[in-house]
Amino acid sequence: MAIEGAELIRAAALLGAGIAMGLGAIGPGIGEGFTGGKACEAIGKNPEEANLLTRTMLIGQAVSESTGIYSLVIALLLIFVV
Amino acid sequence: MSFDLGGYISGAAYLGAGISIGFGAIGAALGMGYTAGFADRAISDRPDRSGDIFKNMLIGQAMTETAAIFALVVAILLLFLKFGTDNMLTPYALLGAGICMGFGALGSGLGSGFPSAYACQGMARQPAVTSRLTTDMLIGAAVCQTPAIFALVVSFILIFAIPQGVSFSPYWAALLGAGFSTGLAGIGSGIGGGMAGGASCEGIARQPDSGRAATITMLLGQAVAQTPAIFGLLVSFVLLFGSYPPAEDIIMPISLLSAGICMGLGGIGPGIGNGLTAKEAVSWVSRNIYEAGLITRTMLIAQAVSQSTAIYSLVVALVLIFVI
Repeated sequence: MAIEGAELIRAAALLGAGIAMGLGAIGPGIGEGFTGGKACEAIGKNPEEANLLTRTMLIGQAVSESTGIYSLVIALLLIFVV
Repeated sequence: MSFDLGGYISGAAYLGAGISIGFGAIGAALGMGYTAGFADRAISDRPDRSGDIFKNMLIGQAMTETAAIFALVVAILLLFLKFGTDNMLTPYALLGAGICMGFGALGSGLGSGFPSAYACQGMARQPAVTSRLTTDMLIGAAVCQTPAIFALVVSFILIFAIPQGVSFSPYWAALLGAGFSTGLAGIGSGIGGGMAGGASCEGIARQPDSGRAATITMLLGQAVAQTPAIFGLLVSFVLLFGSYPPAEDIIMPISLLSAGICMGLGGIGPGIGNGLTAKEAVSWVSRNIYEAGLITRTMLIAQAVSQSTAIYSLVVALVLIFVI
């Protein structure tokens, strides 16, 4: 079975999309989880500041999410545009 | 070179067996070593409690061993079962089974070590709660085995229920992808669930009155940490039981394989992250029992946010399966 050029490119793009999103999900998952853990510790130590601490946690997690979103965008580009 | 299907089947079975026990042995051994180390330290702190601590160490190590036993069972099945040479999908199914069980046992084995270790440590710190620590250790380690059980189920489906009478392509990729999806996604959930269980044992030893609140927070945190493994199982079931039209080219098969890899890898990070969050939450619920509700709520919010990349991976995997 001969694999033609265009077919090979498309197959490689799809495999790349899966690898991109798969590996790209690892970092934000661990990082945001660490942030959440430290936020729970912070609130345990100082419950009165819960609102400020939760807000800081969410902002920090949103920034950590950025590489995950890059991976999602590249994966979708590889599937639909390339 | 003539095409010898029997040779490929044997080769795939042996390779799968090696992968299964090879990766499956890593996690459980690490977990049991962690437990033994903490138990040793605990006995040196309180030699008079050495009997209970030693007994608890052995019980905890036995729980941790179950994940490696699952991997051993799958490896022995792959080595010694006779597979018929009538189905061209068999090599890919057997390889997928080995990959699935190997990686699925990795996380559960490693994670189960944490509750056992902290239970042993807790018995030296607070001998009065010895029996409660054993109970909590068993609960935490049992939930932690969930990804290994998912992996065992998918492995058995791949070994014993290979689809018959369907076209070779793209099903070869669907079966391999199913193995990757449940196997890899279980790594994170196993480790994460174990971290939460460990924190619960430590918390009960620190503050026995917080036992109920800590256990509830642990179970909530562990349940959310199992979500990536559930996503992985879902994608595996879609790949195993879906019906796909025969594929002339390589695009559809690679798409299915990519979906399995995507969901599998995508489950690792969020599983560990959810565990990190739950670990701190349980630890601080036991230190500050009056704020248990607030801390648990914060834990759930944080876990929901860190779950997001697992959801992205699920979406991309489903797009690769259904839209391509």
